[in-house]
Amino acid sequence: MSSYLVRRLLEAILVMVVVAIVAFTLFRFVGDPVNQMVGQDIGIAERDRLRAELGLDDGLLVQCGRFIWNALHFDFGISYKFRAPVTDLIAARLPATLELSLAASIFAIAAGIPLGVHTGIHRDGALSRLIMAGSLIGVSLPTFLIGILLIYLFSVTLHWLPSYGRGEVVSLGFWQTGFLTGSGLRALILPAVTLGLFQLTLVMRLVRSEMLEVLRTDYIRFARARGLTDRAIHFRHALKNTLVPVVTIIGLQIGSIIAFSIITETVFQWPGMGLLFIQAVQNADIPIMAAYLLLTAVIFVTINLIVDLIYRAIDPRIRMSGRV
Amino acid sequence: MTDSVLSVRDLVIEFATRRGPLRAIDGISFDIAKGEVLGVVGESGAGKSLTGTAVIGLVEPPGRIASGEIRLAGRRIDNLPRDEMRKVRGKQIGMIFQDPLTSLDPLMKIGDQLIETIRTHAAMTWAQARDRAVFLLEEVGIPAAAERLMAHPHEFSGGMRQRVVIALALAAGPDVVVADEPTTALDVSVQAQIIALLRRLTRDHGMAVMLITHDMGVIAQIADRVAVMYAGRIVEIGPVREVIGRPHHPYTAGLMGSIPSLRSDHARLRQIPGSMPRLDAIPQGCAFNPRCDRVLDRCRVERPQLASFDRTAAACFDPILGHDAEVRA
Repeated sequence: MSSYLVRRLLEAILVMVVVAIVAFTLFRFVGDPVNQMVGQDIGIAERDRLRAELGLDDGLLVQCGRFIWNALHFDFGISYKFRAPVTDLIAARLPATLELSLAASIFAIAAGIPLGVHTGIHRDGALSRLIMAGSLIGVSLPTFLIGILLIYLFSVTLHWLPSYGRGEVVSLGFWQTGFLTGSGLRALILPAVTLGLFQLTLVMRLVRSEMLEVLRTDYIRFARARGLTDRAIHFRHALKNTLVPVVTIIGLQIGSIIAFSIITETVFQWPGMGLLFIQAVQNADIPIMAAYLLLTAVIFVTINLIVDLIYRAIDPRIRMSGRV
Repeated sequence: MTDSVLSVRDLVIEFATRRGPLRAIDGISFDIAKGEVLGVVGESGAGKSLTGTAVIGLVEPPGRIASGEIRLAGRRIDNLPRDEMRKVRGKQIGMIFQDPLTSLDPLMKIGDQLIETIRTHAAMTWAQARDRAVFLLEEVGIPAAAERLMAHPHEFSGGMRQRVVIALALAAGPDVVVADEPTTALDVSVQAQIIALLRRLTRDHGMAVMLITHDMGVIAQIADRVAVMYAGRIVEIGPVREVIGRPHHPYTAGLMGSIPSLRSDHARLRQIPGSMPRLDAIPQGCAFNPRCDRVLDRCRVERPQLASFDRTAAACFDPILGHDAEVRA
C-alpha cells in the first residue's frame, strides 16, 4: 500500500514538472514580457536594464529552473496588469471558486446518482422517460444560456435570488467564505446550479447506463434467486458495482468544474479564479496564466490520486493487483 | 404423484414480439419428489434454462408465463405477488447458476453475502447468521471456513467458488434446488467433486433437485429421472437407466448415439442431421419431424402427446420399441 502511494506520488511529481516546463514556455513564446510591462515612451537602455533585473538575459535552463524553484515557494512573480504578486491575487480568488465548485459538485452528485439509479431501475417508467428527456436539455444547452435563463427567471422576473456577486462574505483568516451568511448562500444557488447542471446530467446518464449493465449480470440474477429484497439488490449490490466508473468520471468532472468555471463566473460576475483568468488572457498577463495552469494541474493530479485511492477502497481486486 | 415437492403442469412461456407471441415453452409437465434429482437435458435453446427460471419466478419481460401452473408442496407459486414470490426464492427454492466466476458479487466478502442471504429469510442475529455461514461453508467442503468468510470471491478458485455458490443457494434451507448447468464451466476433475457434493447434499437434506445440463455423463451419475427437452417440449421422461438404456423417442436415441464412449467400436459418432428449429419456425405436428429418420405422414400434421411405455413416457407416434442394438452402441 505505501509503496503504491510512493509510486503514485512520484508519478504526480513528474506530471507537475512537465506542466511547469510548459507553463514556463508561455513566458518565452507569448510576446515579450518587457513590452507588456512598460509604455511606449521607455527607452531601449531602460528596457535592457529591466530585462537584466528580471533575469531575462540568463540561459533558458537557468530561467526555467528559477521559475520552478520560485513556484515551489508559491512565488509566481508579479502580475503585469495588477502590479501585485500573483500568489496574493489567486489566494484572494481561490476560496470563491472552490466554494462554488464544491456547491456545484454536491448538487450534481446528490441529485445525479439518485436520478440515475431511479431511471436505471425503472427503465420504462413514465417518470424515467420524463427525467431522461429533461436531461437532454441539461446536456445540450450551453452553460451561459442556462445561467442567463436562470437569472432572467429567478432574479429579473421573480426577484428571489441575486443575479451577480458573492453576497456578504465572512473572513476566516486567509479564507473568505460565503457559506456563513444568508446573502452568501443565496448568491451561491444560481451559479452552483448553472455550473452543476451539465455534470448532473452526465453523472445521471452514466449511473443509469452502468446500472442497466450491472442489473443484467449473473450476480444480480443470483441475488434475486436468493430472494434478497429489491433494496438490497439495487443499492448494496448494483449501485456499489457501478461506482468505479462513476467515481472516475466524477473525479474528472470535479477537476473540470474547478478549473473551467470561467463561463459561469463570467455570467454571474463571480469573483473567482475563472474571472481572474479571463482578465489575464485579455491582458496577456502571463504570470497569472502560468500560475493558473500549474494550479489546475495540481488540482487534477490530486483528484486523480484521490480517485485511485477510492477505487482501492471500493474494489478488492484492485487492492490485490496493487500488492503484487 | 402425491409426494411431489415441485409440480409443473402444462407450462407455457411466451415471448412478446412485434410479430406476435413466440412460444418458447409449449405445455410441459413434470414432478419432482422429495430427495429426487430430475435431470433436464436437451440442446441449447430447447428451453431447459427458461423452465428453471420459471420455477424460481424470474422470467423477465418480454417473456411471460402464458398458461399452466407451478406448485410447490401443493401451493401454487406461479401467480404469487412479487414480494410473496421473493420470499419463496432462496427460502424454498434455491438456484445454482452455471458460471461460478460471475455468480458472486465481486465487491462483497463471501461471508457478508452468506449472512445477508441467511438474515433475509430467517430472524437471526448477525452472530447466529455468521455461525450458520461457517457451518454452510464447512458443509460444502471449504477448508478454514471461518477465515474464508472474510475473503472476496476473486480469492477463490472456480471450483471453490461454485461451492460458495452452492452454500449460498442452500443458505435458507430450500426444499427445491434448480441447478442450471452447475458443472459446465468447471474443469473435468472439479466437475466430479461438485457432482459428488451435490449428490451428498441432496441425500442429506432430502431436497428435490432440478438439474439442467446438456451433459449426459452428469445425468447418468446423479439423476434419478431424466426429462429430454426439444423445442420447448418434453419428448421423453422417465428413470435414467430406462431413458439412457432404452430410449423410445428417436430424438433421445439420437442424443444418446452422439455421446462419445470409450467402449464404442464405431469409428464415427452418429449425429442428428439438421438443427433445432428456431422459435418462429417450429414445424407443425411433431417439432422433431424434419430431422427424424422414422417420420410418418401423421408426424407432420398432428402433435404427439406423451404416452407411457413401461416406466417411461415418450411423445412419439412411432417409438423405438424393444432392444435396438444400434442405440446401445
